[in-house]
Amino acid sequence: MKIVVLVKHVPDAQFDRHLNGEGNTADRDESILSELDEYALEAALQLAEARGGSKAGNQVIALSMGPAGAVNAVKKSLQMGATEGVHLTDDALAGSDAAATSLALAAAVRHLGGVDLVLTGMASTDGETSLVPAQLAERLGLPQVTFASSLEVDGGRLTARRDADTSSETVEAPLPAVVSVTDQINEPRYPNFKGIIAAKRKSITTLSLADIGVDPAQVGFAGSWTTVTSAEERPPRTAGTIITDEGDAGIKLVDFLAAQKLL
Amino acid sequence: MTKVLVFIDNPGASLKKSSLELLTLARSLGESTVAINGDLSDDVAATFAEYGVGTVLHPSANDLGDFLVAPKAAYLAAAAETTGAGIVLVDNSPEGKEIAARLGIRLNAGVITDVVAVDPDGTAHKSVLAGSYNTACKATTAVSVLTLKANNVAPEPASAPSTPETATVEVPAVANAARITAREQKVASGRPDLTDARIVVAGGRGMDGDFGPVEELADALGAAVGASRAATDAGWISHDAQVGQTGKTVSPQLYISAGISGAIQQKAGMQTSKVIVAVNKDAESPVFEIADFGIIGDVFDVLPQAAAEIKKRKG
Ligand SMILES: Cc1cc2nc3c(=O)[nH]c(=O)nc-3n(C[C@H](O)[C@H](O)[C@H](O)COP(=O)(O)OP(=O)(O)OC[C@H]3O[C@@H](n4cnc5c(N)ncnc54)[C@H](O)[C@@H]3O)c2cc1C
Repeated sequence: MKIVVLVKHVPDAQFDRHLNGEGNTADRDESILSELDEYALEAALQLAEARGGSKAGNQVIALSMGPAGAVNAVKKSLQMGATEGVHLTDDALAGSDAAATSLALAAAVRHLGGVDLVLTGMASTDGETSLVPAQLAERLGLPQVTFASSLEVDGGRLTARRDADTSSETVEAPLPAVVSVTDQINEPRYPNFKGIIAAKRKSITTLSLADIGVDPAQVGFAGSWTTVTSAEERPPRTAGTIITDEGDAGIKLVDFLAAQKLL
Repeated sequence: MTKVLVFIDNPGASLKKSSLELLTLARSLGESTVAINGDLSDDVAATFAEYGVGTVLHPSANDLGDFLVAPKAAYLAAAAETTGAGIVLVDNSPEGKEIAARLGIRLNAGVITDVVAVDPDGTAHKSVLAGSYNTACKATTAVSVLTLKANNVAPEPASAPSTPETATVEVPAVANAARITAREQKVASGRPDLTDARIVVAGGRGMDGDFGPVEELADALGAAVGASRAATDAGWISHDAQVGQTGKTVSPQLYISAGISGAIQQKAGMQTSKVIVAVNKDAESPVFEIADFGIIGDVFDVLPQAAAEIKKRKG
């Protein structure tokens, strides 16, 4: 199987995150591999391992689109066990919205050729829109299964489970397909010493827009279909009253709710 | 006048509050058409008239619900093209966002999710980075697709009712869509829906396997029940109740956090709540940094006492 996993380099949510790049884009100084993409990578590794791993010709290709630093998301994926890395990078990509991102990623997936499955996380932890997997599927003309909490592949078909609000669903689709997975699907592995050493020998291919045949005008700020016209930082929430229970905190809580007209 | 298309999937016997919010917003932006999927009951048809809807569209196929989103997006794209819609409004559920995503590609239209308000010129407002920024965004394309978060528009019928026309939209064939082969209905709790509840009482690992006190307080307040991932992972409560980065985002008038530490991924789902109350026995818990009213105490003492007091006061 040839599986492409989309891995995004995102600002670390453990630190304060800021919009201060050009056109109100996120500051990417303290960035990491999006933790939600680790679940997609783990799912890909498990599918490949169940089929005899790389020796049996299974490929797990970690693909990241982003500035120079984004190669770190690819490196971490290789340490976890991806067989190859691809870094799509081009100055013209800066400021791409979901539509432009999906256009570039679709071209990169086509460029790789013969892909059976594209796996992604359920959302990026920076943009948080969940738009890219569905848009990628629409652009590639592929079936899409989003928010999969389990995934099996048998021959040319996949079966997944997903949790909707009022029901749980089992879905089936033919391959190739685009699948986004939730954090319920598995427990991502940590890169171990062997993985870290092995990663150093794996290749990372760098692709530019010219390599994948995308016109720079179709991506980045120029090619995006949405624009952020203003961004204001919300004042951080400040702590309010803190009391220690002396046997009547439940009553005091109700007094507080009454005073706030919340009863 | 801008033509606004609203998508309502399976309206059921009566419209949900979030659908009424879509209709109210649509009317403030222009002339509204509704595209529904599924049966149209008399009550819902009457509500469309009350909310000033001009036209109600139906799909030519009745099996759209058997597939994941792709055919619904194809239907909606056809509906938008026939009506000449400049704005398409969809709810902000995970499925709503996916339909919007595919629709955007089909219509060459910019998509903005998590919208809380829309200006008359189509500028959409939303908060990003887990609620830490308020932003204004605009689609630069002829058509914009917006997904509206529940609880941000007060539903209001039109000043004068309309007499909606009906029409059928031909659904283009979609070759490659994932098929839903089985569906297990979940048991309804009878409590308000988490995403649009006015009050949420959420419990975490501190509940130690017993969600009774959380449910009791929620019922006294008429609230929805939420949970941290630690509590849902432990199987104490269904995964649907999870609030946070990988669960639901809630923005109620009041969020009561009980036995939850307040990890960044949990805060991401609730920090835009109007009032936050936290009960935790560890004074160092990060949740106290954002609580308007914090109680350092044991959930098994504080919650039952508060529930009893509320019942007493409400008589
Ligand atoms: C990719 C990813 C996604 C995630 N998504 C989410 C998400 O969507 N939502 C989410 O919630 N988490 C999420 N998490 C998990 C998150 O990081 C925390 O682990 C989780 O929120 C902790 O839950 P908790 O606060 O209930 O448990 P803990 O951190 O264990 O805290 C329990 C708290 O209860 C208090 N306590 C214990 N007993 C009592 C008592 N008797 N009375 C009062 N207080 C008591 C303790 O002092 C403690 O502060 C995610 C993590 C990852 C890696």
